[in-house]
Amino acid sequence: MARYVLDFEKPIFELQRKLDLLKKVSPLEKTDLTAEIEDLEHKIEKLKVRIYSHLSPWEKVQVSRHPDRPKTLDYINNIFTDFIEIHGDKLFRDDLSIIGGFGFLNDVKVMIVGHQKGKNAKENILYNFGSPHPEGIRKALRLMKLAEKFSLPVISFIDTAGAYPGIEAEERGQALAIASNLMEMSALKVPIIVSNIGEGGSGGALALGLGDKIFMLENSYYSVISPEGCASILLKSENGDSSKAKAEASTALKLTADELLERGLIDGIIREPLGGAHHNPSEVFVELKQALVSSLLELKKLSTNKLLEKRYNRYRKMGVFIES
Amino acid sequence: MSITEWFKAKNKYIPVEKSGTRLNIPDGIWSKCAACNEIIFQKEVVRNFKVCPKCNHHFKLTAEERVNLLLDDGSFVEFNGGMISNDPLDFEISKSYRVSLNQAQEISGLKEAIVTGEGKIDDRLIIFGVMDFRFIGGSMGSVVGEKVTRAIEKALEENLPLVLVCSSGGARMQEGMFSLMQMAKTSAAIARFKQKKNPYISILTNPTTGGVSASFATLADLIIAEPEALIGFAGPRVIEQTIKQKLPKGFQSAELMLKHGMIDLIVHRKDLKNTLSKLLNFLY
Repeated sequence: MARYVLDFEKPIFELQRKLDLLKKVSPLEKTDLTAEIEDLEHKIEKLKVRIYSHLSPWEKVQVSRHPDRPKTLDYINNIFTDFIEIHGDKLFRDDLSIIGGFGFLNDVKVMIVGHQKGKNAKENILYNFGSPHPEGIRKALRLMKLAEKFSLPVISFIDTAGAYPGIEAEERGQALAIASNLMEMSALKVPIIVSNIGEGGSGGALALGLGDKIFMLENSYYSVISPEGCASILLKSENGDSSKAKAEASTALKLTADELLERGLIDGIIREPLGGAHHNPSEVFVELKQALVSSLLELKKLSTNKLLEKRYNRYRKMGVFIES
Repeated sequence: MSITEWFKAKNKYIPVEKSGTRLNIPDGIWSKCAACNEIIFQKEVVRNFKVCPKCNHHFKLTAEERVNLLLDDGSFVEFNGGMISNDPLDFEISKSYRVSLNQAQEISGLKEAIVTGEGKIDDRLIIFGVMDFRFIGGSMGSVVGEKVTRAIEKALEENLPLVLVCSSGGARMQEGMFSLMQMAKTSAAIARFKQKKNPYISILTNPTTGGVSASFATLADLIIAEPEALIGFAGPRVIEQTIKQKLPKGFQSAELMLKHGMIDLIVHRKDLKNTLSKLLNFLY
C-alpha cells in the first residue's frame, strides 16, 4: 500500500516493512519464525507509543495536514444522517472549498458548514486545497443565516491552510468577506459549535470559527500565521525554509490544542488514536459526535439572549495586557 | 513533466522587488520623494500634510500628526494611554517580543500601535482611534484589540460617532492566537454598535491589510481611503508567491478597491477633515 509517510514516522514504517517481509517468508521457511514475528510486533508497538505519544508542535502540524486524515465530508458522512448539500453564495459562484448543508445529529436538525480539503491532487484542485475565495466565505455565511432563520444550530468544521491569497480573491473582497462573517456570527441567534479537525489557518479558519463551543482534535493546530510564514518573516529567507525554523516557529506560536486549551482559547480536545485520526477514524467520529451532542444539549438550555451574551463575553475577555 | 520537475517548478518564486516608498521623509531642507524621485522642499511637504507636491504621494503620518490633521486644536483627550502588551506566549524567535516592544516604544514614543480617545471635528464630539505603522507595523495584538473594542463600546454608550484611522500589516504574530481572537472581539463589538444608529467611519491609510482589514476596518458604515493606499487581505508578496506571478502595477491600491466596489470613497489628505465633517453631518 502506497502511503504518505512523514519523516518522523519512518522508523516505524521501516520496522513494519521488515515485519511484512518476515510474515511473507515465514510459511516458506523450515524454522519457526513466530517468536521473531511476535518480537518485532512488540517492538513496533513500543516504537509507536514512543514516537506518537510525544509529538512536537511541528510534528502535529504535519499530522494535521496528512492527506489520509479524515476531511469534513468524512465527518459529515459518519456523524450525521440525511445530509442534503446546499450550494453557492447566490452572488457569484459555488466555491467547493466550502461544503455545507442540512443534516441530522441523532434526531436534531442542524446546519453543517466546513472547509473541504481533498485527499489527492485531483480532489485538491477541485476543492482548492480547502482555501476559500470570498464567495466560499459568503456561502458559509448564507447557510448560517438560513440556519438562523429556521432555528437550526450550526455545526462548523475547520480545516484550511487559510483564505486563498489571489488576485480575484482580493478583487472580490476577501477581507470584507471574513470581517462580515465574524460580525454576523457573533450575533447569530442559534448555537454555533466549531470543531477544528486539521488545519486552523488564520482568518480563513476564523471566518467559520466564531462560536459558543470550540473543539480541537488532538493533532490539529490553530494559528494566527502558518509556521512557514512566521519562520520566513522572522528568520529571513534561506534559514526560514529549513524544518528547524518551521519547528521553532511552531513551538513559539503555541498553536497546539493543548497550548490553546491551557490559555482558555478553546473548550475541549478530542483525543486521536496513536499516529493520528487516520489510523482509526471511527474512533474519532464517535468521540467527536459525543462532544457535539452533549454541547448542543447544554447550549439548547440557554435562551437566545443568554446565548448571545455568553458568546460576546467569551470573545470580549480574550487578550492579555497590563493597565497602568 | 515528471513529479520532481513539477515540484521544482512549483518552488520557483518570482522575485519581488522592494517597494520604493520609504517610511518617512528624511530630515533636511531638500529631499527626494521616494515615489517620484523629484527633489522636494521639506517645508512645502509638511505644509502639504506630508503629501508630495509633485506626485501627490501620501507619506505615512504618525498618530500625533493624524490627530493634529483631523481633530480640532486641543480637543483630543486620550483613553487608556497606559495600556501595554504583556507577551502572553513568551515569544522569541531571533528576537524576543519584549525587545521588539521596547524598540517600537522607543522609535514611536508610543505605548502601543493605536491611540484612542475623544475629540472634536468642527465642534462635533466623536470617539477617535488612530493606528501608527511605526509600532511593529501597526499590528493588532491584545492591546490594539482591547483599545479598539473599548472605543467602540464607549461610542455606543455615549451615543457618539466613531472614526478609526487604520494602518496595519495585520494581526501581530508574536501574540499568536490572542491576536487572531482580537479580530473576533472587535467584530463582535461592531455588531453591537450597529444595532444603534451611530455612524462608524473608517479611514484606510497605507497600508491596511490582514487581520485589521479582515475585521473592524472594513465593517464601517463608510470606508474612506487615502489615494494609492495599499488595501487588501493578503500582502502582495504572499499573493505573488502563491500565484507565481508578478502583480500588476497598482494592484490592491485604493483606486482598484474603489473600482471593484469595496470602499466608498477616496479622499485626498488635504480634504479629509472637511469631508469627514460633511459626512458626519449626514449621518449624525
